[in-house]
Amino acid sequence: MEAAVSINSVRKDFGDFTAISNVSFEIVDNEFFTLLGPSGCGKTTLLRMIAGFENTTAGTIHLYGDEIENLPPNKRPVNTVFQNYALFPHMTVAENIGFGLKMLGWSASETNARVDQMVEMVQLEQFVHRKPGQLSGGQQQRVALARAMAPKPKVLLLDEPLSALDLKLRQEMRKELKRLQRETGITFIFVTHDQEEALSMSDRIAVMSAGNVQQVGNPTEIYERPANRFVADFIGETNLLDATVEAVSGNKLTCRLSDGETLKATSKSEVSVGQAGTISLRPERLLLSLQSNGKDALQGTVGATTYLGTDSQIEVALSDELSLIARMQNGIATSEQFGEGQSVFVQIADGAAQFLVE
Amino acid sequence: MAAGIGHGRTVSSAFSPIRNWLLMPSWLAIGFFLAVPVLLMLVYSFLTKEFRGGVIWEPTLAAYDQFIFDRGLFGDDPPKIEWTYISIFVRSILQAVGATFFCLLIGFPTAFYIATRSEKSKAIWLFMVTIPYWVNLLIRTISMKFLIRENGPLNEGLLSVGVIDAPLELINTNIAVQLGLFYSYLPFMVLPIYAAVERYNFALSEAASDLYAPKWTILWRVVIPVIKPGIIAGCILVFVPSLGAFLAPDLLGGAKTFMIGSLIEEQFKGNAGNWPFGAAASMILLSLVLISLLFYARAQSRENS
Amino acid sequence: MDGILNIRKYTGFFSITCLCLFILYAPLIVVMVYSFNDSLSITNWQGVSLRWYADVFYGAESEKFKLAAWNSLTIAVAAATVATVIATAAAIGMVRGGSFRGKSVSFGLISLPIMVPEIVTAVATLIFFSAIGFKLGILSILVAHIVFCIPFAYLPISARLQGIDASYEEAAQDLYASRWNTFRHVLMPILWPGIMSGFLLAFIISLDDFIITNFVKGAGVETLPTAIFGAVKQGIKPNIMALSTLLLLFSVVFVTLAYVLGKRGEDTLPSDDKEGVTS
Repeated sequence: MEAAVSINSVRKDFGDFTAISNVSFEIVDNEFFTLLGPSGCGKTTLLRMIAGFENTTAGTIHLYGDEIENLPPNKRPVNTVFQNYALFPHMTVAENIGFGLKMLGWSASETNARVDQMVEMVQLEQFVHRKPGQLSGGQQQRVALARAMAPKPKVLLLDEPLSALDLKLRQEMRKELKRLQRETGITFIFVTHDQEEALSMSDRIAVMSAGNVQQVGNPTEIYERPANRFVADFIGETNLLDATVEAVSGNKLTCRLSDGETLKATSKSEVSVGQAGTISLRPERLLLSLQSNGKDALQGTVGATTYLGTDSQIEVALSDELSLIARMQNGIATSEQFGEGQSVFVQIADGAAQFLVE
Repeated sequence: MAAGIGHGRTVSSAFSPIRNWLLMPSWLAIGFFLAVPVLLMLVYSFLTKEFRGGVIWEPTLAAYDQFIFDRGLFGDDPPKIEWTYISIFVRSILQAVGATFFCLLIGFPTAFYIATRSEKSKAIWLFMVTIPYWVNLLIRTISMKFLIRENGPLNEGLLSVGVIDAPLELINTNIAVQLGLFYSYLPFMVLPIYAAVERYNFALSEAASDLYAPKWTILWRVVIPVIKPGIIAGCILVFVPSLGAFLAPDLLGGAKTFMIGSLIEEQFKGNAGNWPFGAAASMILLSLVLISLLFYARAQSRENS
Repeated sequence: MDGILNIRKYTGFFSITCLCLFILYAPLIVVMVYSFNDSLSITNWQGVSLRWYADVFYGAESEKFKLAAWNSLTIAVAAATVATVIATAAAIGMVRGGSFRGKSVSFGLISLPIMVPEIVTAVATLIFFSAIGFKLGILSILVAHIVFCIPFAYLPISARLQGIDASYEEAAQDLYASRWNTFRHVLMPILWPGIMSGFLLAFIISLDDFIITNFVKGAGVETLPTAIFGAVKQGIKPNIMALSTLLLLFSVVFVTLAYVLGKRGEDTLPSDDKEGVTS
């Protein structure tokens, strides 16, 4: 089955500055795909290249098998929801939504029917004759969505569309967007820097940093099996410990930490003895107990505890230089109180220790 | 706005590819109808004059020569310095300097005063100062002429009050021209200084006052140096047009107060004209203006560095 | 101890400001007042009358002035229109064109008519027209006016355009609009107040021009300023005063109108604030 969008060895330079070094991946039909990364990583640039607002310095972009990187934006069957919405201020909501259809030459009756359909979809029936300046941020966002979806694009691009909304509204819109994508079957390409957003909405995520794609995978893969240190650090919280490989057996490793302790870990890629890297430990996969229960465990002293409502965050110092943060759910498992200065055993859940190279 | 790459979203992909087509009409219009004519004028200044206006295409330095030297009727006599034209240029420069000075004298306090009013009255004052500018310069000059002429209202008023015994003969004097220039370009001095004072941070004055400086010292040593770019801009905006002015010297002055503008105009009217000479005078005027502008640009960049 | 020292207040500045305004308005007011003087001599006051206004419209010279006024008006409308179109294109090219080699040269060229002294422009244009054999008349005036109106139209348009987010144009293209449609349906409506300001500015600049017009008009044609100048050369007659007052009032009304329209245009420019109304 041919990919919806395929990015092949794409590079983008702005003068001396390389925004995107060499990126290749595919986006599948009917999926909710997210480009995730911090500011300046190139995700918006990539989106703009798919839309046609920037051309590629090198590489090709295919849309359902057709090469599109030389087509101007108005010839690509791709529509964009802009970060600042870019609603035409002098047109009403209805005129905004119908704009693309008008440009495509739809008849008045076809246009009106489709606009009504879109207005119903985003529930803005009462605002049809208002101008954007008379709408709230959330309403403007929905108009932008309706406008971009009205011309029935094959692919919908969304450039951080939720970043200006307050938390409650953002959470509602996340569910809305997910629902819309499911119902319409349009391939969504979503750009965000918010990893929680990416994890909750996406079928697959491409994590980007400094012009490169670090990892492409579904949310579980990204979170549980990060490809490298950057991904582990960027997504969720994690403990990162420098380590060196001491012994290798299949994909199970024995590593030595900087304070001399050894730790068992797994690795996604081939490693060799003596290789240096980082071990990633998710805080919630660490089990603290005051007594040893026979299994392998690190030993440490409890530092500060932070109460977070559902969980508590507990600092454990393994040595003078190394410390870990563990997260335990309040109520059930923490029947034992961890007071400051107490000696404690830190058990690591199976498979939770990941050895990562840069 | 997603600016992750660090460049603002001001380049629109819609219109930048056709940029050259968009700019071409203005390039052609101004290039062909102004830049080329000015170059042609430069060429003309080196040609020989035709008796009824126009030129003969024979290169000569006669036009420029005529400014400075008097070579007699047949060009055989040893060259004497001809002061007529030089004095016209000197007079123009002096008039322009004078106009600039008086505009500064009146315009600076006015601009300062207006800029320190409340937001609402500021706009009204400013509007009032700019309205006269929008009246046709010709009408304004005519009004000034009417006002100050021998049997005009100014003299009538002064006579009736008893300040003077006989009407002042103001028309056809350098003073009248000076008055005319001042009147024509006063708003040009007020506006840039107003803008500069508006942006001025009065905390600086407060700090100086805190350090025991009296008000006028603050003005001279703190305020003025800071708003200097605005003052220089105002001076240039008065000086340059005054240099090449035509209406004020023509309507308010006469033969005794000839300035560059009148001299040039004379060369192209009727049959007594000397086109190369007029072109040469224009080139000299243009050069004076360019020098002033260069001086201005240099002063501005020194301020910024 | 003194009271609160006001470092904004300097003695004498208020008086000088009043003096300044007095100087600016006195000649104009005097002309206005005397234009209602019921007397052949301009200076002896003999009661209020509108006879000189009647003379402007029906008197001996009225045909000449009417024709001159008509010329001025038509040239101003035509010159302002052409200049505005050229200036709009130029503004879009400069503001949306990114940085390119020759951008500052372009800007220098566009502002050239403002930098060159009017009399130099007049001479150069006359020389050029005579060299290429362009007959002097209405058309030559029109061409010269178009050229020096371009920068005046350009400035307000460019200023307004710089305040307009380019993402509207991107959104239009994203929604399948051609370049022309992007301009016509999206950019132009938002840019319109700037275009209007540019047009009005160019119009009044053309209407008021004297020196350049005087040089390139040839013998048979008069515009209102040149006609007035010619009449004044023979002495300031009362009907000139009436005509001057009319022009004066026209200018003031015109500029006030342009200013008010400009202000209203300001309010419709969308700000970057996405929130609009909170609800």
